[in-house]
Amino acid sequence: MDRPSDDNTLKRLLGPAEPELLCDECFEKLDEYVELKLRGAPADERIPGMRAHLEGCPACHEDYESLRELVQSDDPS
Amino acid sequence: MLSPPPTVSLGAGMSARLPLSAAASAPERAQADSHAWLSALRLVGSEREEAIARLHELLLRATRFEVSRRREALSHVRGEELDDLAIQAADDALVAVLAKLDDYRGASRFTTWAYKFGLLEAGVRLRRRAWQEREVVLEPEVWPLMADAGRTPEGQAETRELMAAITDSIEGCLTAHQREVLVALALNGVPLDVLADRLGTTRGALYKTLHDARRKLRADLAKRGFTLDSI
Repeated sequence: MDRPSDDNTLKRLLGPAEPELLCDECFEKLDEYVELKLRGAPADERIPGMRAHLEGCPACHEDYESLRELVQSDDPS
Repeated sequence: MLSPPPTVSLGAGMSARLPLSAAASAPERAQADSHAWLSALRLVGSEREEAIARLHELLLRATRFEVSRRREALSHVRGEELDDLAIQAADDALVAVLAKLDDYRGASRFTTWAYKFGLLEAGVRLRRRAWQEREVVLEPEVWPLMADAGRTPEGQAETRELMAAITDSIEGCLTAHQREVLVALALNGVPLDVLADRLGTTRGALYKTLHDARRKLRADLAKRGFTLDSI
């Protein structure tokens, strides 16, 4: 495996410093969060804890990236 | 003669049920489209079957999209097998969406809400497929960690000190299960879904273990005088 940099390793070991949602809550709100982000609305204020969770959970982060790209591809404007 | 009002369309072949003003805004159109999906899926008989077939198409679009995003990492897997995975994921996502229709609250477009089920099912299957022949290692592979070469000597020394403290904390304050989960996920790069599958648990339960282990580590390091605000 590639050797991770220390910063990334520390982030993966310690996780986000601020309070975060957990995976089930993240999944429940992911669609809303993506649409808020794509509209340029204050998504992180409306759904507190989501950004921290996406930083701490690689699986949910991948789901977020995929959903964002897919929705954007439906409506590129 | 008056022409019929514009209506929401769910795609070719589906009944359009909601009249919509031509001047409707994009959010109004999106909301009407979502209501049309819900109404169609709550019908009975052939109209419902038709709506379910359209929903399956929508979910298959999501699962194939996920396959295409990950194709590079799965270059050793035949295209036919990947398409089978996409179809299976769409089938499972369809069951999940239909079972949770009453949970849809309109916080996003119905299609965005439905897509996430397809992407989740496909992502889980594809991560598991990528790790199918790989061993899941629960012991550290990169232990002990070394400081980045590009840093100042002081920075490297601080990092080494922090890494040594983290090693102590991992050994001293985590349970055996927390230690295994933290090492596999954070150090050895095992995907969450893969480890959940091997340990017979769920992504959510496993992440909670990781979350609790991280909180304990942070608290223990803070007690020992480390400032972790920037991490």
